Amino acid sequence: MASRQFKLSDYKTDVHNDWCPGCGDFAILNAIQMALADMQIERHRAVVFSGIGCSGKTPHYINVYGIHTLHGRVLPFAIGAKLANPSLEVIAVGGDGDGYGIGAGHFVNAGRRNVDLTYIVFNNAVYGLTKGQASPTLKLGLKTKSLPKPNINQGINPVMIALAAGYTFIARAYAYDVKHLKDMIVRAVRHRGLALIDVLQPCPTYNDIYTKEWFSGLDRIDPVTGRAIPRVYKLEEQGYDPVVHNPDDEDELNAKMMQAIAKSKEWGDRIPVGIFYQNEHIPVYEERISSRIPDYLSNPPALQRIEDGNHNPYADIKRLLDEFRVGTR
Amino acid sequence: MEVVNRLNWVTGGPQGSGVDTAANVFAKACALGGLYLFGKREYHSNIKGEHSYFSIHVSDKPVRAHVDPIDMLVVFDLETLFRHALHVVKDGIIVYDSSIEGSIDDVPTLEKRRRDELRSVLARHSLEGTAEGMLKLVEMNGVRLYSIPCHDLLHDIASKRNDPSLSKMVRLINMMMVSASLALLEYDQQLLVDAIRYIFRARKSIADLNVDAALYTYNYTKARYANTDKEDGIGYRLIAREFRDDMLLIQGNQAVALGKIVGGCRFQTYYPITPASDESEFLEANELLDGKGSVVVVQTEDEIAAVAMAIGAGLAGARSSTSTSGPGFSLMVEALGWAGINEVPVVITLYQRAGPSTGLPTRHEQGDLLFAIHAGHGEFPRIVIASGDVEEAFYDAIRAFNYAERYQMPVIHMVDKAIANCVTVCNEFNPALVRIDRGLLLDSVTNATTSTTAEAVVVDGRYSRFRFTGDGISPRIRLGTVGAVFWNTGDEHDELGHITEDPDLRIRMMDKRMGKLDLILKELSYEEQAMVYGYKSDATVISWGSTKGAILDAIDMLKARDGIDMNFVQLRLLHPFPTSRIASLLEETRLLIDVEMNYSAQLAKLLRANLQRDADYHVVKYNGRPMSSSEVYEALKGIVRGSVRSKRVVLRHGV
Ligand SMILES: Cc1ncc(C[n+]2csc(CCOP(=O)(O)OP(=O)(O)O)c2C)c(N)n1
Ligand code: SF4
Ligand SMILES: [Mg+2]
Repeated sequence: MASRQFKLSDYKTDVHNDWCPGCGDFAILNAIQMALADMQIERHRAVVFSGIGCSGKTPHYINVYGIHTLHGRVLPFAIGAKLANPSLEVIAVGGDGDGYGIGAGHFVNAGRRNVDLTYIVFNNAVYGLTKGQASPTLKLGLKTKSLPKPNINQGINPVMIALAAGYTFIARAYAYDVKHLKDMIVRAVRHRGLALIDVLQPCPTYNDIYTKEWFSGLDRIDPVTGRAIPRVYKLEEQGYDPVVHNPDDEDELNAKMMQAIAKSKEWGDRIPVGIFYQNEHIPVYEERISSRIPDYLSNPPALQRIEDGNHNPYADIKRLLDEFRVGTR
Repeated sequence: MEVVNRLNWVTGGPQGSGVDTAANVFAKACALGGLYLFGKREYHSNIKGEHSYFSIHVSDKPVRAHVDPIDMLVVFDLETLFRHALHVVKDGIIVYDSSIEGSIDDVPTLEKRRRDELRSVLARHSLEGTAEGMLKLVEMNGVRLYSIPCHDLLHDIASKRNDPSLSKMVRLINMMMVSASLALLEYDQQLLVDAIRYIFRARKSIADLNVDAALYTYNYTKARYANTDKEDGIGYRLIAREFRDDMLLIQGNQAVALGKIVGGCRFQTYYPITPASDESEFLEANELLDGKGSVVVVQTEDEIAAVAMAIGAGLAGARSSTSTSGPGFSLMVEALGWAGINEVPVVITLYQRAGPSTGLPTRHEQGDLLFAIHAGHGEFPRIVIASGDVEEAFYDAIRAFNYAERYQMPVIHMVDKAIANCVTVCNEFNPALVRIDRGLLLDSVTNATTSTTAEAVVVDGRYSRFRFTGDGISPRIRLGTVGAVFWNTGDEHDELGHITEDPDLRIRMMDKRMGKLDLILKELSYEEQAMVYGYKSDATVISWGSTKGAILDAIDMLKARDGIDMNFVQLRLLHPFPTSRIASLLEETRLLIDVEMNYSAQLAKLLRANLQRDADYHVVKYNGRPMSSSEVYEALKGIVRGSVRSKRVVLRHGV
């Protein structure tokens, strides 16, 4: 292999990691770092934004620009930075409570814009950092060991919501299939548009239902082979094609959406991971801005000159002032 | 007596019927004739049907506020007559569409209390509760009435243009009535034509039609009423003067937008709210800066997203801001603290309106001062400034960004509905007077191996975003800067930006951040902190924000009419509180009168907390209507003359 400029270790910090032993977050962190190394993204070009929760600490462990924001607000912070400087490689991360609960409004509305960034949700079905309350993805009737009573809320379906909202890349991954997760992240980052990866993340401390053992099917031993039958399977291994190829073919588009919905409802014995839906024919927000502001990409807000070098304003409002002049006819 | 070039002109009508357009034509015609004016728009939180009105105070000297007594009322609907007629002065003028008829009960949008009141006033004079009765009453009061048969004139115009459908174009009636009022004032008709063409500049055929209708009405009015006034020797005249073309006719929200463009704001977010959205829409309409960049305007899903996106853009290195009003600002508070602890420059333009909650959504108040200063949990530095008028709003909008970047903290620029929606003639904004100060923002980083190199920001391969420095301000870089990375977190953090709960580090970080407030007071000029106006006196009015105009006009009225000298201290910087500047300005003051448009006299509380000084009187107002110079004048005069018993004076004018 050709020598690569950046090693995996270049993307690691020496900050003490305080996640619980065995937490699925470690695997997701590794996958993100591996993906960055895979793509050889220069450290200064990448920014990892996060919300609040156990998952929110992720940026501190990654040696690129890292912005740990507020509970539920990771997307608007990330979008603001990306739109101010579209050459940044922006990855947003956060918990399922963060993204689908308190941040649900941003989650949905981000779909309307299709900003070119990647959003990785650490879906553990609980509020980890506040000690295991039910998150928006915990299914009705379930009682994790952290809950005093079974959950009387229904769980939401992130894939369907993302689809309805307009996400153009929708994937699910499993934290402990790090290589597959890393591939998903690379695909998501390379996707032109807003990409969601919902990552099934075991929280050994509070969620005793969706455990690593459960996902790997340790409770289901194949009588013939004597091996566990994993619950998680890969869509791509089933010949599933998530890609919308012809944007003008409404039938194709509908079929791609319908199959994503159908797959997103599978749960329990068989849990699909992989890309559910991908459509690169929707213009990204950056292009929509460019259609109005022709030099937007080459002269974005963050890099614009605003003073002339001598601290005088660079913009010239003479034309506008003329419109307001008392004598203007 | 003939009154030349001093006039309070008022018109009204159902919302959505073109009242604004009519008033804008009148204002533009006056401006084209070199006259000063201050126009105030009042409207309901409603799209169609409720009453809105526009008052334009015209003079040949600068005017800074509205006044209550009406000199000329232009009426093309029943409600305007009932609402405003009794405020017309003796010898004042009502010009009305002669087809107006009906009773008080035909105006369901008039509050019941007001209807009962009017009915009993009219009954007292044995008059009926009708338009006719109302006109009789004001005529008895000495008001001069001029009726214009708008519908007949409209017919004439329709047949003249060979277009019968025109006779139903009631929208033209607004323009015809403006025209009639200017004819009565004997104002130059060419200026009226030019004003109409300017207002309808994007739609030539509509301009032509309006010009036709206006001229026809103008000539009719002149012919019919030409000699009426001259016989009596009384009346109002507007006479065009030579004008200075370095003046603008402009609204406050436009001034803020222009300031943001000059000040380098290149990223603006907003969620629609009155009276803040006009500014963002103006920016979006003018997003291309003639080859010198652009402003990206994003309409977000809510105000939380608006402020978060603005902060994100600030981290990326753009000068960024968001504009909102009280309800939106309430939602932004958590993120404000995040910007504070992470020392991110961001500007929030806070257009106050009457609260709490939805309050009076289209009305006036300065009720958010203490909230703006204290908003947020925990303690973090911020700057709060307030503009007193349209011109200040332009320069303050620029200053806000300089402060935000120089001191690396959120800046709240307070304006309000009065400034946002007023239209005024003011001095041309001069971008040559302002400077852009980006503080310690570095375009690139230099490396060093020891921390002793003063200018080096990357030491041993590490850039410390929150490096401890002498004055608490650390060199700042944009996201994406080559050769460095940094971290931010809403948790307490170390110099690199990583989470810490170390008690000693906590103290040092708090001291670093909060210490910047002292630096601000040391560095800002006295003029940036507070201004003083008026005459040498030991009687001082103290206030902040949009009350400035009414107070200045009132002080001049006191001097001119009553020989009373007073001065006025206007706070420009509300936080950090400019204690020593204010203390020195008040040294000679024996009588201190606090004037504010809120219930609890919020500035007075700050004076008490910071100066340990009580205002002797509080003049407050919270009926949702701005202070007029007339009522401020009355209140101040009463206080100085000793006729005011209570420490607290509540102003009530406004309809
Ligand atoms: C506005 C606000 N409300 C509540 C909290 C408390 N809080 C911290 S983390 C968290 C939930 C985190 O759950 P999730 O987003 O699923 O992340 P996880 O810890 O599971 O990774 C909550 C409610 C907060 N920080 N901010
Ligand atoms: S509480 Fe759960 S999610 Fe949080 S660190 Fe521990 S194991 Fe991970
Ligand atoms: Mg969670």
